[in-house]
Amino acid sequence: MTNDTASVLPKPAATGVEREPLGLYALTWRVPLLIWQFLFFVVPLSFLVYLSFWLVKNYRMVPGFDVVNWVKMYSKGYFWDAYYMTFGMAALATVVITVLAFPCSYALSFKMSETARRWAVFFLIIPFFTSYLVRIYAWQVIIAENGVINGLLSYIGLGPFIMLNTKFGTLIGYMALCMPLVVILQTFSMANVDRNLIEAAHNLGCGRLRTVFTVIVPLAKVGLIIGAVFCFILSFGDFVSPYYLGGSKPPTLSILIIDTTKSGQQWPKSAVVAVTMIVTLLVVAFAAVATAYRKPK
Amino acid sequence: MNADRSIAIFLRIYVGVVFCFIFAPIVASFVFSFNSDRFPTIPLGSFTLHWYETIWSDPDVWDAVRVSLITSATVSVISTFIGFCAAYTDFRYRFFGKNAYLALALLPPTIPLVIMGLAMLAWLSRIGMSGHIYSIIIAHVVMCTPFAMAVVRIRLAQMDPSLEAAAWNLGASEWRAMSSVIVPFALPAIVSAMCLTAAVSFDEFAVAWFVSGLNKSIPVVILEILQGQVTPQINAIGTFVFLTSMTLVVIAQVLLMTRTRKAEAA
Repeated sequence: MTNDTASVLPKPAATGVEREPLGLYALTWRVPLLIWQFLFFVVPLSFLVYLSFWLVKNYRMVPGFDVVNWVKMYSKGYFWDAYYMTFGMAALATVVITVLAFPCSYALSFKMSETARRWAVFFLIIPFFTSYLVRIYAWQVIIAENGVINGLLSYIGLGPFIMLNTKFGTLIGYMALCMPLVVILQTFSMANVDRNLIEAAHNLGCGRLRTVFTVIVPLAKVGLIIGAVFCFILSFGDFVSPYYLGGSKPPTLSILIIDTTKSGQQWPKSAVVAVTMIVTLLVVAFAAVATAYRKPK
Repeated sequence: MNADRSIAIFLRIYVGVVFCFIFAPIVASFVFSFNSDRFPTIPLGSFTLHWYETIWSDPDVWDAVRVSLITSATVSVISTFIGFCAAYTDFRYRFFGKNAYLALALLPPTIPLVIMGLAMLAWLSRIGMSGHIYSIIIAHVVMCTPFAMAVVRIRLAQMDPSLEAAAWNLGASEWRAMSSVIVPFALPAIVSAMCLTAAVSFDEFAVAWFVSGLNKSIPVVILEILQGQVTPQINAIGTFVFLTSMTLVVIAQVLLMTRTRKAEAA
């Protein structure tokens, strides 16, 4: 991820002042981020790892170094149920959302003017930053058994369909969470595909669908995979959709963390779950980025 | 050619459907907030302002508004300052460990909110700083700084680096060049970053829920209503939250867009 984010940003200015000695001026700009993110990002996350080895005695946390929390948590059936559930749903959401977003991003990249595309991205950015929680509540009302969709369907004599508190409900929530971002990332990557190459494929008699899968997808691979990775990260960590739309049956890892944390002094156990989640996400993200930048054979 | 046309039409409809899916809950929550039914469905009930009246007269909501305003205003200033510093550092300097520096600057949004919340709660209560309004501020600055940095960095990328050098050649000190060249150039992005980070902080519910203790912000109040007796009050509060954060995000984007066009034209 590091290399990727760095390469997205423009190269530093070539003003001949690179690698100058570190003075007061340079430090003034460099230090604020270092201090804040160290004290309140690096340290808390490291502390979380340490906390997973603490002990709980008489309902009080005692600093220590014991693997007992890890052993206990990993021997629980409900932990693994939650793990497979979370991983499975996030993987499913990643595939479904990537596939469903693709035609939309394709249309935005190739069938619309530059201006229309800019406005589309403008409107996609808004919901990405707009209260996810309220949107999920609205979805709850929309897909409930007596909700809007079933109300509409009853006019044509269908339903009611049970959608709330099912895996389908969770998936709707993940889509609400990830769809705008995935469409934006896919659109950016496809809009940058060299039109001449597509033109050339058509001239050589390559059909439309074949052009999409043999020319456009490989060329836009990095952006498509980055979109999928973000989709996986967001779905994997989300607790709102599986709880309020999926009915928490079975709970996901995030719900497990909340229940364990809010029920008292069981923070070390929550820390075990949290560290497991971070390691999983790191492995998935690195595997995906490695695939994205692998040279074709 | 007929196939071409029908594919083009299909794709347009498809884009429309995706946008409907994305905006449906926002519109729905707006409509339901004026709807008399406790459990809204089709056909709609009658028009009412009842839900707005109940939240207007609820002191808990007003407390939450106060907490939210204090938090998001403070977060926007601090995180935009730190984000600006980091963006300028990335723009101007190359140094050993810069990739690690950038990772530190950009990674926080990729950590799941629940984990951030737990880590913050555990650490802040360890050092005796959890359960206050400033606990929320501390955590939100961590999460918002990357957005501020990205926005300012995009703007700085549009600046001709020789402008700063020209100021030095004309005798300006580094500080003077900063205040009369860099800051004025980056100003739209700075305001934009302030709006964006205010919106992110204003909407954030998970980490705030973990660390806030009794100082509930608006999203935390919504979360707690959702966990108990659900009432359409949420739609009324939600509409207020939507309008606030949408306005902020729109301002943030417009500031960046218009200036970008001017820069292109120049």
